[in-house]
Amino acid sequence: MTTLAKIQDLSIALPKNADREFAVENLSVDIHKGEIVCVVGESGSGKSMTASALMGLLPDELTVTSGRIMLGDLNILQQSEQQMRRIRGPRIGMIFQEPMTALNPLRTAGDQIAEMFRAHTDLKPDQQKFRALDLLKEVGIPDPELAYRAYPHELSGGQRQRVMIAMALALEPEILIADEPTTALDVTVQAQILELIRTIQQRSGMGVLFITHDFSVVSEIADRVIVMQHGSIVESGNARDVLENPQHSYTKTLIAAVPGLIPPPPRDLSRQVVAEVSSLSKTYRTGGGVFGRARRVTHAVRDANFTLTEGATVGIVGESGSGKSTLARCIVRLQSSDAGQVMFGDVDFAALQGRSLRENRHLVQMIFQDPYGSLNPRRTVGDLVTQGLVARGMKYSDALAKGQELFALVGLDPTVMDRMPHQFSGGQRQRVGIARALALEPRLLIADEAVSALDVSVQAQVLDLLVDLRDRLSLSILFITHDLRVAAQVCDRIIIMQRGEIVEQGLTADVFANPSHPYTRSLLASVPGAA
Amino acid sequence: MLILQLAVKRLMSSIPTLLILLVGLFLLLQLAPGDTVDALIAQLGGGSAETAEELRRYYGLDGSTMARLLDYLWRLVRLDLGFSAIYDKPVATVIFERLPVTLLLMVLSLSFAFIMGMLLGIISARKVNGWLDTILSLLGMVFYATPAFWLGLMSIVIFSIRLGWLPPGGYYDILAGNTGLAHVWDVTRHMLQPTVTLALIYMAIYLRIMRASMLEVSTLDFVRTARAKGLSRNQIIRHHILRNALLPMITIMGLQAGAILGGSVVIESVFSLPGIGKLAYESVIQRDLNMLLGIVFVSALMVIVVNFVVDLIYAYLDPRITSEKV
Repeated sequence: MTTLAKIQDLSIALPKNADREFAVENLSVDIHKGEIVCVVGESGSGKSMTASALMGLLPDELTVTSGRIMLGDLNILQQSEQQMRRIRGPRIGMIFQEPMTALNPLRTAGDQIAEMFRAHTDLKPDQQKFRALDLLKEVGIPDPELAYRAYPHELSGGQRQRVMIAMALALEPEILIADEPTTALDVTVQAQILELIRTIQQRSGMGVLFITHDFSVVSEIADRVIVMQHGSIVESGNARDVLENPQHSYTKTLIAAVPGLIPPPPRDLSRQVVAEVSSLSKTYRTGGGVFGRARRVTHAVRDANFTLTEGATVGIVGESGSGKSTLARCIVRLQSSDAGQVMFGDVDFAALQGRSLRENRHLVQMIFQDPYGSLNPRRTVGDLVTQGLVARGMKYSDALAKGQELFALVGLDPTVMDRMPHQFSGGQRQRVGIARALALEPRLLIADEAVSALDVSVQAQVLDLLVDLRDRLSLSILFITHDLRVAAQVCDRIIIMQRGEIVEQGLTADVFANPSHPYTRSLLASVPGAA
Repeated sequence: MLILQLAVKRLMSSIPTLLILLVGLFLLLQLAPGDTVDALIAQLGGGSAETAEELRRYYGLDGSTMARLLDYLWRLVRLDLGFSAIYDKPVATVIFERLPVTLLLMVLSLSFAFIMGMLLGIISARKVNGWLDTILSLLGMVFYATPAFWLGLMSIVIFSIRLGWLPPGGYYDILAGNTGLAHVWDVTRHMLQPTVTLALIYMAIYLRIMRASMLEVSTLDFVRTARAKGLSRNQIIRHHILRNALLPMITIMGLQAGAILGGSVVIESVFSLPGIGKLAYESVIQRDLNMLLGIVFVSALMVIVVNFVVDLIYAYLDPRITSEKV
């Protein structure tokens, strides 16, 4: 087996004030021809730094303190910037996590692919275009001519990632580095992109360094696995061996933290109805106006009907654009629906206005996806949790006492209440978010992708907390997710949405065992590691 | 076509702005003591109350405020800016005599400020926190903080009086009677100092925006992609950073068009340029209400036109604009 690149004994030092000394410590990896090596680890494990070092693109504040990276006979760490330019692109290609921001928004997709030829070859403009079109065909874009002229915002997420792949492959590099290339994509698109990388790799015999946090993706694509924790390798080996017989306790934790796709048997559920959603609809209209521009009408949510009961979790599953978040925002009244009711007893929450809406806000509370963006960075977490109580007229001292109870409830030490959000980790912040939502004693808690931004091990803890709180407080939880594995584990009932419509709903165990709608079946089939 | 729709929509939305501006100014000037006739009589060296009455009737100043406002707006609809008692000519004629000077000053100094600010901003961003960056920021700040009239006067002292390289003021040398290229050269020599003085003040803003914008764009993901493609630093700046970094610059240019017009009042006075700015100043002193309203109308039109052009440039640079909802 030909070795394309050897990373030997690599150590990368972090700046002085960081929480640990090395981003990467004594790391050795070989990349062989025709092989996909997966580097797996949680955020901060140093996996992305390894990729950046191989590309010679380490941030300035990081320094390599020992080791070498051999690409053939060249030590990448000793190449000048000018020499590196002849390696990046022609010898090592790279694709990134977020294909929207990784492409220049002001230039067409085709132009950005052709730039590879412009920078590294003597091809004439028409040949550049010809080759770029060829590449677009190779990565399976439906209409290459159209995609060539399209700007990134005119392409879908999957198409953009295909353009990125076409660009990285343009000069037939020996090595492709893929840094979480499917993390930002929908599950069906993810399956297609993984398939594409696999196919191209087999055809060209490239070596692929695939970076991911997701063990289910590893099981789809890896030949060999390297597990990293705190900058060092804790385990490596053949993909099947590592997956089926992990040795290190950290690997075991990571694999165990991937939720299974088979839901537990249904529980006995209370029949006490908390809320009844009927015929809820939301339509977006754009365009129109004085100049009669073509109107665009989007049915974000169309005629949604379901019942939420006490002590039960209902999952809404769908891909981006399916309307699941709009549905949640309409129920919590961050947006107004166009038609339909959300009945809490005899109160139609969807029809409340002004003062009466404010007085009933406590009925429904929401936990948001991004634990960083959803907490005001200038207020203490204690303030953030008690604000709602004070606004409802509670005395500050009482609110504070209640806040301390809540912090204990969500597993945080009440003494941290005077700290600022940035002093907490992602998982802890999400706990703060949950405490805030629970402060008003809601009957319905909506969790909008509440664990999607968290590392798998943290994700499992937060999910446990939610289940625990649901049982202790008899909460009704509406759990919105794109992740079928998570849905399988935490939801009692499940609602599948596609293009604004509920295509299927029922007990989670039933839906997973006997999906009746073709879309549900295709979703289930696309889950990585399902086979 | 979408660009045009966007532009026309913007133009239509500026009509109420224009109306509010004119009505507001009209009413504001009613509050100022004295009117055109007072100023005229003061110029004549005094006159009887009857003469004043006569003159007021002659110039249509005897009606109620409301009646005169409506009368003015109605004439405006027919593109009649009225008659100036002080200059004894139609307002439009006087303004259009003066307009080229101000337009020239505005266009030249705005371009100069924009281009120099952009270039220096790029240099600053390339050598961020280096000595060149520090010096440029410092210089920019010095010019920004200096009052326009003082900068102009010092420039006259140095370049016109001490060195005698450039004429101290005026638009062109009337006595020389130049024609053709000689005339162009004469105007250039006269315009050089006012243009540079005005531009230097606004350049600091462009320099800062360009520098900040370049630095911000360089941290974006697609710049990392460009580096991963093996492009050189100059290629990355030229093909990926520059155009993205220009977007906020264009926005600022639209906002600044009004400010630079205001700045030209001072500069035209310092360099005795017969432009609109100087005319506005004189009209306030002489209570020439018609002239002042006319100037405001024309200036507002100029700012609207600049913003219209800025919108077009923006839409050309950023393909996302035209596909978003208008």
